[in-house]
Amino acid sequence: MSEQSIALNRFGLGARGDDAPPENPRRWLLGQFDRYDPNPAALRDRPGSKAAAADFLHYRLNLRGALRGTDQVDSLEEAGEDLQQVLRGYFGKVRDKYFADVAARGQVAIDSDTPFVERMVHFWSNHFAVSVAKRQVSGLVAPYEFEAIRPHVLGSFRELLRAAALHPGMLLYLDQDRSVGPNSLGARFRASRGMDEVGLNENLAREILELHTLGVDGGYTQADVTEFARALTGYTFDGLPYLRDAQPLGNGAAFSLVVHEPGRRTILGKTYRQRDGDQALAVLDDLARHPSTARFVATKLARHFSADDPPGTLVARLETAFRNSDGDLPTLYRTLIEAPETWRPERHKFRTPWEWSVGALRATGVRELPARIFTGIQSELGQTTWGPPSPAGFADTAASWAAPDALLRRIEVAERIATASRRTDVPALARRLFPDALNDTTATAIARAESPNQGLALLLAAPEMMRR
Amino acid sequence: MIDRRNLLLRSAALGGATLLMPTMALAAAATDKRLLFVLQRGAADGLATLAPVGDPDFLRRRDRLADGVEDLPKLDGFFALHPAFENIGGLYRDGQALFVHAVATSYRERSHFDAQNLLESGGTEAYAVRDGWLNRLLGLLPDGGARALALSPAVPLALQGQHSVSSYAPSALPEATGNMMDRVAQLYRSDPQLSGLLDEALRTREMAGDTQLKNLRDAEKTGELAASLMRGPEGARIMMVESDGWDSHAGQRFQFNQQATRLDAMLGAYRSGMGVDWNDTLVLVATEFGRTVARNGTDGTDHGTAGAAMLLGGSVAGGRVLADWPGLAAKDLYEERDLRPTRSLEAVLAGAVAAHFGIEPPLAMRTLFPDRDAQAEEGLLRSQSSIVRPQNGLRSS
Repeated sequence: MSEQSIALNRFGLGARGDDAPPENPRRWLLGQFDRYDPNPAALRDRPGSKAAAADFLHYRLNLRGALRGTDQVDSLEEAGEDLQQVLRGYFGKVRDKYFADVAARGQVAIDSDTPFVERMVHFWSNHFAVSVAKRQVSGLVAPYEFEAIRPHVLGSFRELLRAAALHPGMLLYLDQDRSVGPNSLGARFRASRGMDEVGLNENLAREILELHTLGVDGGYTQADVTEFARALTGYTFDGLPYLRDAQPLGNGAAFSLVVHEPGRRTILGKTYRQRDGDQALAVLDDLARHPSTARFVATKLARHFSADDPPGTLVARLETAFRNSDGDLPTLYRTLIEAPETWRPERHKFRTPWEWSVGALRATGVRELPARIFTGIQSELGQTTWGPPSPAGFADTAASWAAPDALLRRIEVAERIATASRRTDVPALARRLFPDALNDTTATAIARAESPNQGLALLLAAPEMMRR
Repeated sequence: MIDRRNLLLRSAALGGATLLMPTMALAAAATDKRLLFVLQRGAADGLATLAPVGDPDFLRRRDRLADGVEDLPKLDGFFALHPAFENIGGLYRDGQALFVHAVATSYRERSHFDAQNLLESGGTEAYAVRDGWLNRLLGLLPDGGARALALSPAVPLALQGQHSVSSYAPSALPEATGNMMDRVAQLYRSDPQLSGLLDEALRTREMAGDTQLKNLRDAEKTGELAASLMRGPEGARIMMVESDGWDSHAGQRFQFNQQATRLDAMLGAYRSGMGVDWNDTLVLVATEFGRTVARNGTDGTDHGTAGAAMLLGGSVAGGRVLADWPGLAAKDLYEERDLRPTRSLEAVLAGAVAAHFGIEPPLAMRTLFPDRDAQAEEGLLRSQSSIVRPQNGLRSS
């Protein structure tokens, strides 16, 4: 692949059909840092985190009302009319909002003239994954990316980690909102009244260590997980009627001392004596600059921009850059852009469904896809937007995406997108998408197509479109 | 809309102009035995699946998560099957379901992702083995067209590897035109990866026919579809289905009941759909690890260690629960919180497939789950099967 084609496709999201290829690929990538817009027009009207969190709490209140008097509901079939209504009302609204949010995300990616930085938004959003696979989180996944990820992709890893870990979307996804210090004032109060016992949930603590910072071999123990979970108690939703002391964080989350586990914590050999929410913040900050984190993040970045098995030299380069810059993200991106390993001509990375469909829509200039259709296409291609199967996010390896049925679906969608586009300049378009990097086979197939439509569909299904 | 069967025949008429090989698509495999592997992702709670109601510590530690469990009919005086598993309970009564409890892989940490990686790759360290044990199993079967299939658009790790594997899931997308498909096949001719994938995909869609399904959300229809892809001489011999959503950290009773109901409906429909081929079918249901014995602070359970697995099928030596019960008193728990493993899940899986496909158990163990002390379990199926020898020539349908 030529350097222009690498900049457009490996670093970017694919060329927009009418753009001239960048004259200086590296300068074009670096220049995007200054032009990136964390809050582009398409996202400005989308409901924010605070509103989404409040909506969710409202729903949960109604749900409890509808459940009152019932002992335990083990299945939806047992649910009464009230309950059904509450569920339908909230999730119907959330579903429509989700479609519109996915479409807005797509619009930003399709229109962007800073596609490298947008790629980093997608990368970090997947690194710190929240997922509609847990249905209750559906209303918060978009505000999470728009407010916790987007503003920080050109900041430091430390800021990004704080914003992601303490967003109400993450707190809800990994059950932190309901985790209570067993010796906290709140827990003792409940116990004294003979109310149901509440306690610790270690889900978020574990996933921060395993998936967001140190990595599974990063050198922590079960005791560290539990201690960190204790430190994190108190971070929950803002606006809970029984936590009047809660200090809002401004994003729909809050910290409440009433449910925070009192006492000092020892995590990874260090003692944290803070008495409030600063305790978890201090732990997060230390995790953000831990050598294991540098290694873990470097490996994931290297994998994303080189190959499923990234060259050790590239990982080492990024690891050093991470440690020397204290996790400054633009420094890491510059390292990627300057590294020889990311400019090797072989296309090793199989595009994910998101990358492929966004690339196809950027290429063709199709912008009229209704929100439902765009969202549905992502799911049909096997990558429900903001819906990875687990907190580990979507896999970043070819084996996860290069599959028989998944490929057939791309071909079907290619034909559909080609039909929606009315482009007739397909041979020239192909050369613009892959400057000096178009295979003869593809050029021939396009030239022999029975119509421009079919030529375009073949271009979108071509091997060049499948890998970057 | 183009009919896939016509597409294949037409492609055959084009001879060398295409990579589609309909003769292979119609080949019957050299074994009649079928294996369906169901992976419960997210750590299904073995203590909810099979509640040890005979253990006095169970109700105490589970507290209100176990409400009503004492009243369930007991399987063998000690364990009670979760009531959502109606069809599976029926198989148990017919002697066609064998449950294994206090079972775990060699993994002793509590990461879903590492644990699933080990259970799928068969390695002893996460990410050390790059292919999956179901793919390596293909290499142990007699030559001749045994096809493996993932019931999902992509291929999960357990099926990834050097042997070609197909994937299929129903979709709401309009099919591409036949003309387009022919041209794409041409376009991929010099790209072995893409041409191989396309070839597999077309063959599998041909088998599935027009399902009228748009996704896999309907558990019963999913079971019927799985059966339709596995029964008959040309059916796939190995299939994997993923069952998500078992990570019940909060509100476990509701969540578990939903997942269990779905799994049971899927397997019930699958069993009916397999018809007479059920006698040659083995279903293995397993999860990456179990969950904590005690209820957590949010009416759920956290990541644990040992759990439960199920073996279903016409030749399973069922109607019993296989367990060396470790007990749930504080001193008996693993790290003072989890059900202690007393059986190797790998040994159960290897032993079951060895007996099912007529593979020497030690060979199965070291190929599928290498570098372990445990030996493949024997006696899981009623009788050792004999391998059906490859038939001469290819069958036509």
